[in-house]
Amino acid sequence: MGKRNTPMLDELEKGPWPSFVSDIKQQAEKGKHILKEAPTDLLGVMELSYVDKVTHWKHGGIVGVFGYGGGIIGRYCDQPQEFPGVAHFHTVRVNQPSSKFYTTKFLRSLCELWEKHGSGLTNMHGSTGDIVFLGTTTDHLEPLFFEMTHELNQDLGGSGSNLRTPECCLGQSRCEFACYDTQEACDNMTHEYQDELHRPAFPYKFKFKFDGCPNGCVASIARSDMSVIGTWRDDIRIDQAAVKAYVGGEFAPNAGAYSGRDWGKFDIQKEVIDLCPTNCMSWDGSKLEINNRECVRCMHCLNVMPRALRKGLDTGASVLFGAKAPILEGAQMSTLTVPFLPMEPPFSELKELVEKVWDWWMEEGKNRERLGELIQRKTFQEFLRVTELDPDPRMVDEPRSNPYIFWKEEEVEGGWTRDIDAFRAKHQR
Amino acid sequence: MPYDPKEPLKDRITDIGPRHYGEFLPPVIKNNKGKWLYHEITQPGVLVHVAESGEKIFSVRVGGCRLMSVEHLKEICDIADKYCDGYLRFTTRNNIEFLVQDESKLKPLIDDLKSRKFEGGSNKFPIGGTGAGVTNIVHTQGWAHCHTPAIDASGVVKAVMDGIYDEFGSMKLPAPVRVSLACCLNMCGAVHCSDIAILGIHRKPPMVDSEWIDKLCELPLAIAACPTGAIKPAKTADGKKSLEVNAERCMFCGNCYTMCAAMPLADEDGSGIAILVGGKLSNSISKPKFSKVVIPFIPNEPPRWPSTVAAVKNILDVYSKDARKYERLGDWAERIGWERFFEKTNIPFTHHLIDDYRFAYTTWRQSTQFKF
Repeated sequence: MGKRNTPMLDELEKGPWPSFVSDIKQQAEKGKHILKEAPTDLLGVMELSYVDKVTHWKHGGIVGVFGYGGGIIGRYCDQPQEFPGVAHFHTVRVNQPSSKFYTTKFLRSLCELWEKHGSGLTNMHGSTGDIVFLGTTTDHLEPLFFEMTHELNQDLGGSGSNLRTPECCLGQSRCEFACYDTQEACDNMTHEYQDELHRPAFPYKFKFKFDGCPNGCVASIARSDMSVIGTWRDDIRIDQAAVKAYVGGEFAPNAGAYSGRDWGKFDIQKEVIDLCPTNCMSWDGSKLEINNRECVRCMHCLNVMPRALRKGLDTGASVLFGAKAPILEGAQMSTLTVPFLPMEPPFSELKELVEKVWDWWMEEGKNRERLGELIQRKTFQEFLRVTELDPDPRMVDEPRSNPYIFWKEEEVEGGWTRDIDAFRAKHQR
Repeated sequence: MPYDPKEPLKDRITDIGPRHYGEFLPPVIKNNKGKWLYHEITQPGVLVHVAESGEKIFSVRVGGCRLMSVEHLKEICDIADKYCDGYLRFTTRNNIEFLVQDESKLKPLIDDLKSRKFEGGSNKFPIGGTGAGVTNIVHTQGWAHCHTPAIDASGVVKAVMDGIYDEFGSMKLPAPVRVSLACCLNMCGAVHCSDIAILGIHRKPPMVDSEWIDKLCELPLAIAACPTGAIKPAKTADGKKSLEVNAERCMFCGNCYTMCAAMPLADEDGSGIAILVGGKLSNSISKPKFSKVVIPFIPNEPPRWPSTVAAVKNILDVYSKDARKYERLGDWAERIGWERFFEKTNIPFTHHLIDDYRFAYTTWRQSTQFKF
């Protein structure tokens, strides 16, 4: 394989952070990938972009595997004569296992599959969570899919106007804060909705993300049309002896997360009690008290003293809808819709809820209109009607300040039909 | 039976979804799932989780490039086989976590990771990304693979992470700082709730490739794609159907180009970087919030984007010195006031930073409470 002259990219081999340029070069030199010139030509076309300051990739064409409308993104270089190794450079999205745990055996089998059918380059992982195989030609797609499903028992992820690959935090697998089994919820819902994931039938993309607690490590509140965030309804469990151990300096506060700077001795009053957003905690020097009814479960006190404070035992999730990035009407975060939903397999309540939402969105949504934009356009009241939920003050930060209420006729005594003649009999023109 | 191109649908398997996560959990994790008691970060990048049973799992977190070769992945597998009984995971922010069940293997693993370097000299496995520091930058494809970017992604991330490398491997900031990059405002990387967001933006309206547009695009879709109604039908001198862009109405979102390949807008001078700060996702102490635009434009400066690196470092330095413990960057800016933020960071406040889109009014100040 030829080497390309890439003086600008070579500058990115310097410095301490891992260099993707060095890594691509290592693949180009030692790799066993079938598309021999792909890594070298990828560096070549990127170098050209570094000179031109503009991308050299074209819009994707329609490529895919039979029967699926998603999972493969077509990609073509706009200088194919110059860079034949990446002239066709399609992306394959592979649905990651919940929380991205791997055995080396499985990871190696993915590597071998990709060596056999592509560039040897990946994204671990894409923004939505997929394992991304970066760059192959159309003739490799069907064999790759066949071998992936037959030999690895593994399917593609989502793309286009369909359910995108769901994602979760690591949840109960390795976190004491997780309020439900995010891995199981993510896996179960992914398998339940394979049709929605592979065959585009929606107005636009739809994302589920499962966060185990309000710390929100998988960013569901900002990034998913349906955000499922773990919470609890009963009391925070307090180990008073452990609280004293934090106050006495025996335990490192914040699990040691702030230990790189000398912030002085741990001060429970200043660092926990005074920072509680609802002022529902008190410390008298020997006992920590929490007025749990006033707690909004922000997680701060649990984050600071994980050995002393534990989430409650009556756990489930809050469900919020409508988050999206700025395209097109501006960025939106998800809006609290169901304050508490039990989250036990098979997650029937959650499925029932999202299916109502999909029916409405597929009926009313315009082309490329995300759910959050539809709720804005059709009103939250309409969203409550379709989800058959009762209004709840927890759904708003504050009540409306304008009085322009869209009253319904049936809400007004006597209805809207009136007799103008009867009116005139009492009121002259 | 291998794939037979003559009968592509024979024995076809579809809709099987991902593999079950349960196959990939180390035994300690499987045994203690849902029964974890607490965790500790024993040093930057090294965590121990302790279960009710008393069992422990150690995790060593290292930074990874999202754009990763299978050669590198195989090396990761070799390491996990040697020290982790073949178990590892990736985090949401492109870090790799080596999961150690046998404590005696922890130090040898750490020493091994520190010793590995790429041929070009950079570290293969920097350890860190925990607690009150900077963790790995989540990012998008950029010039490596995307048709709409205003900037590269991997290269900007590499340059910025080199610049703030110490903060990745330490925990001395007032709170965690999440840096994210999206190479255009489609935001595959959804950077809009990050402490520091690096965002690719365009500043020149789309060109119209009139010779081809009617063949390449559904013209009504391109017209409808414009949120400000800046696109209207037009005809070329020789009578071809085309489109016309009212440049003064263009907000450079690129939505038309997404719908129509004959309306390219990327440009060597027009495209570059905006910096947004003060967003967060966590509900801890304060509510989640959006990042705000504080630098409207920095030119594209490949290969190492020095002005962008300097801008990020400046904001991080001022925040680090001035904020109180537990204050996220946005919490700090709100406490001191945005007028003070611009004063302390020495960033000029220009008209570009005042919102004039859909929800603009909600961000203007309707009070006499301000600081001189």
